[in-house]
Amino acid sequence: MVIGPHQVTATALTLIVLASVGCSADGGDNHDLLVSAAASLTDAFVEIEAAFEEAHPTVDVILNLGATTALREQVLEGAPVDVFVSADRSNMDRVVDAGEVFGKPEVFAHNNLQIAVPAGNPAKVTGLGDFGREDLLIGLCAEEVPCGELARQALRMAGVTPVIDTNEPDVRALLTRVEAGELDAGITYVTDVLSSSGRVDGVVISEELNAPAEYWIAVLANAPNADAAVVFVSFLLSGEGQAILGQYGFVPR
Amino acid sequence: MIGRPSLLLVALGCVGLALFVVPFVGLLARTPWSDLPELLGRDVVTDALRLSLVSSVTATGIALVAGVPLAWLLARVEFPGRAVVRGLVTLPLVLPPVVGGAALLFALGRRGAVGEPLYEATGLLLPFSTWGVVVATTFVAMPFLVITVEGALRSLDQRYEGAAATLGARRWTVMRRVTLPMIGPSLVAGLVLTWARAFGEFGATITFAGNLQGKTQTLPLAVFVALESEREAAVAISLLMVVVSLTVLIALRDRWWRVL
Repeated sequence: MVIGPHQVTATALTLIVLASVGCSADGGDNHDLLVSAAASLTDAFVEIEAAFEEAHPTVDVILNLGATTALREQVLEGAPVDVFVSADRSNMDRVVDAGEVFGKPEVFAHNNLQIAVPAGNPAKVTGLGDFGREDLLIGLCAEEVPCGELARQALRMAGVTPVIDTNEPDVRALLTRVEAGELDAGITYVTDVLSSSGRVDGVVISEELNAPAEYWIAVLANAPNADAAVVFVSFLLSGEGQAILGQYGFVPR
Repeated sequence: MIGRPSLLLVALGCVGLALFVVPFVGLLARTPWSDLPELLGRDVVTDALRLSLVSSVTATGIALVAGVPLAWLLARVEFPGRAVVRGLVTLPLVLPPVVGGAALLFALGRRGAVGEPLYEATGLLLPFSTWGVVVATTFVAMPFLVITVEGALRSLDQRYEGAAATLGARRWTVMRRVTLPMIGPSLVAGLVLTWARAFGEFGATITFAGNLQGKTQTLPLAVFVALESEREAAVAISLLMVVVSLTVLIALRDRWWRVL
């Protein structure tokens, strides 16, 4: 084997790649705060992010929004998340049981279910009973997701066997389909209907059938930015944080 | 090749190989071997497998019937706007599948440009139905067939067809006995690629057809849902997909590799 220009270039390139990978893997920027939060919190958390960053200019909050189950899996697979916000107790429990939580998780808000229909309610849906109709296009959140589980609970309590046409991966995906008129009805949260600013109408689910949702928050044991994470949690539990949540239709703790 | 391959060539080749092998090894490492029979026997898996096979084969069939004539037109007929048509046919290859699914929705959904009048007139609705899955997978997979066949037709020596014509063969006879056999290997390669793409399709399917076990939840969608609720099931289904795909590709390896 002759050592020539090709071999030198190859070695140099390899070393450069390895070096840059090594550098970026050491945690780098300490001012980022990665918050994984359930999809239904989208609008409220965008405002909470702005308010928190104003109060703490050195911290840059990065929101990672999605289905609670997907976020939970990311945490369990070792994603560098600082704060985990779950739309139900059981997902938070799974993270706690895996030893990933620092301290104890806390409830910070509640939510209720509501039937979402396209603006104008073209299919004239009046309640959960309509979910058994075959002629309607009905969507629910996937069974594994908190919103889907609660919706099925409510339907069971109402004694309705739903005729479902699609199971959406998260509540915002379902909302988008209803908004676009692709579905006649879906079960989302009260806050999701509110956030659509009139593009979606809501049909109330009576209290005795409505299964309330609990939102839990925790700082993670392996959080890269644990200090800021703790401050963020207290902000959410404070008067200001709770007021913002209330604005978006969430029920305070 | 003269002499031994250079070190650089081998090193880069190994990197390329690693990119393919490492994820597969990761999958095998996570496979719950003892639970595999139970996991694969579940309804959710058999339903998804049936749907995946039915929709991918149907999509390939449609691609064959509609794609070969289209390829012929693009290769042999000089019509105005041919370059634009060729661009449009290639578009699904570069578009993110989700965008393709969204576009199908805007056109063929219940409030779509074509879908709405169709629904009003016939009550026919593609989203949330198995035919919707077929449409979505055909959309993303057919370009493979068209491109492959068009390429083959272009590189064909047309003198053979000319000779057949001078010997008295009519157009369809020339097509059947000269052209198609000569592009045969390319056609098979195109069909295999089309089927493979259709079998693995996810983004356009979930966006356009939705996600319902037994009707629209193909294997990729089943994996997606299982990843968040029961990882073991997701790994088992992924392994199933790899085995099915490998079987088909290896079974057709000679014809396929020789042409490509």
